[in-house]
Amino acid sequence: MNRAETQTPPPEALTVVPLRHYGLWVGTVITLVILGLVLKALATNPAFDWPTVGKYLFHPSIMRGLGQTLLLTVTIMVLAIIIGTIVAIMRLSPSRILNAFASAYIWFFRGAPALIQLIFWFNLSLIVREFSLTLPFVGTLFTVKTNDFMTPFVAAVIALSLHEAGYMAEIVRAGINSVASGQTEAAGSLGMNHRLILRRITLPQAMRFIVPPTGNETINLLKTTSLVTIIAVNDLLYAAQSIYARTFETIPLLIVVAFWYLFVVTILSICQHYIEQYYGKSDQQQGVSMGGMLKRAFRFGRVAQPA
Amino acid sequence: MTSKAENQARFGVPQNSMVFARGVRKSFGAVEVLKGIDLNVPTGSVACVIGPSGSGKSTFLRCINHLEEVSGGVLLVDGEFVGYDLRHGKLHEVNNKLLCQRRADIGMVFQSFNLFSHMTALENLIEAPIMVKGMSKAEAKDKAYALLERVGLSAKADSYPRQLSGGQQQRVAIARALAMNPKVLLFDEPTSALDPELVGEVLVVMRDLAESGMTMVVVTHEIGFAREVGDQLIFMDRGVVEERGEPREMIANPQSPRTREFLSHVL
Repeated sequence: MNRAETQTPPPEALTVVPLRHYGLWVGTVITLVILGLVLKALATNPAFDWPTVGKYLFHPSIMRGLGQTLLLTVTIMVLAIIIGTIVAIMRLSPSRILNAFASAYIWFFRGAPALIQLIFWFNLSLIVREFSLTLPFVGTLFTVKTNDFMTPFVAAVIALSLHEAGYMAEIVRAGINSVASGQTEAAGSLGMNHRLILRRITLPQAMRFIVPPTGNETINLLKTTSLVTIIAVNDLLYAAQSIYARTFETIPLLIVVAFWYLFVVTILSICQHYIEQYYGKSDQQQGVSMGGMLKRAFRFGRVAQPA
Repeated sequence: MTSKAENQARFGVPQNSMVFARGVRKSFGAVEVLKGIDLNVPTGSVACVIGPSGSGKSTFLRCINHLEEVSGGVLLVDGEFVGYDLRHGKLHEVNNKLLCQRRADIGMVFQSFNLFSHMTALENLIEAPIMVKGMSKAEAKDKAYALLERVGLSAKADSYPRQLSGGQQQRVAIARALAMNPKVLLFDEPTSALDPELVGEVLVVMRDLAESGMTMVVVTHEIGFAREVGDQLIFMDRGVVEERGEPREMIANPQSPRTREFLSHVL
């Protein structure tokens, strides 16, 4: 055996010719042209009226509307999560009646359009004129007229939280089902009762599956609350409408509204990302504390830890 | 409520019995998985149960702590039915609270470990002592560290289950069961899901436990462990106890042809 055979030949410098992606180039060019046209229209079409957008962006009544929209979103979401969790637990209960009730709830409140539910609750007084609490032997304790307490805001909260709870129930149920049955058995063998197992073992693990779709639901809900303008709740869109009804600056005010919705959606998306990271901590190599998570949340773009 | 002594007299339970089974039956629908199992595990002894898969050995183990309800027969742990109270000749299902109390005294170690995956090793160990027994956090932690040391995992207290090897997870699971001070420990094929080189570390912990006087019922395929640690060996096949005896003797000289055949496959 001579030396030439045992030595590997030196790697030859061969040039690689990349495949030409003509379709990609054509697509890119078309996209750039469309983008250019849109930008030109945005900049030059007087209908957009950017100075007016600037004028109304932080207008007090727009700010009040934004506050109302956020208040609605938070209130409805909190109620929807509570009601949804209860319905989900009923849906998973061994009792047929509870199960059927929960199924019917989800079928109805998720199935009927939000707008119709909204108008229905606002007009509840057409069916029920007043609510009163009457106890046997004691008599009527109090009576309230439906019209007195069913303000537009209350109607919006009731209608949308019942509607949203239908979605949340399914999300929570799927989350609970995703937890391996061995976890429940292990907890049971340690003497933990059903309620304790649900609270300490099943729900915390289900959170990893519940949080991402709940984030999506919150973002969806934020936009769905714009429906409440129909029953005259003074939300972000309603505030803009009442201004352009007077001034006819329709497009600039719609831009203002869109800006604020997009702004809040962006913030919510960032929060969701970090909450997901928190609940996924048992997946990671190193544990992440809530404090560490917050610290990292405010250091955008530098998530990687130095070695 | 019947007393322990009454149960013992009524069913002829031997003195010093921790787990006592007489004619235990279990059916899933029309399929009878256990067809009358008899067993007595004296306090402080180790009973090993072997047998082919589908022989009902795991089901029997799960009946002992009432993860499965028995369909017939008598099954007592420390002289008490786990899921029932005997009153006027009838078995009344006990309420949840009592069932949980009794289960807390029966430790169980699973084939797939079943550590709580959202908790660290330490949190896994202190969860039930604090939430079920009402132990203070400091006391539970002290105890947990001692137990982790006992299974050789002091350094892994803050690790999540996913960061541990199978053998380490199973050792944490054993420590978790011990944290409740159980009267008896049930092992459901504790080494079957492990890589071969990790089996040894778990068996060492189990042997140490047996030597310390823990009452154990072990469903296993580790014949070597059964021979060296077991006080009695039970061979189950198709829902019945095919043969039982002193482990060394039975492994060296099995009487039933079914036992002989099974042992020839696993030895």
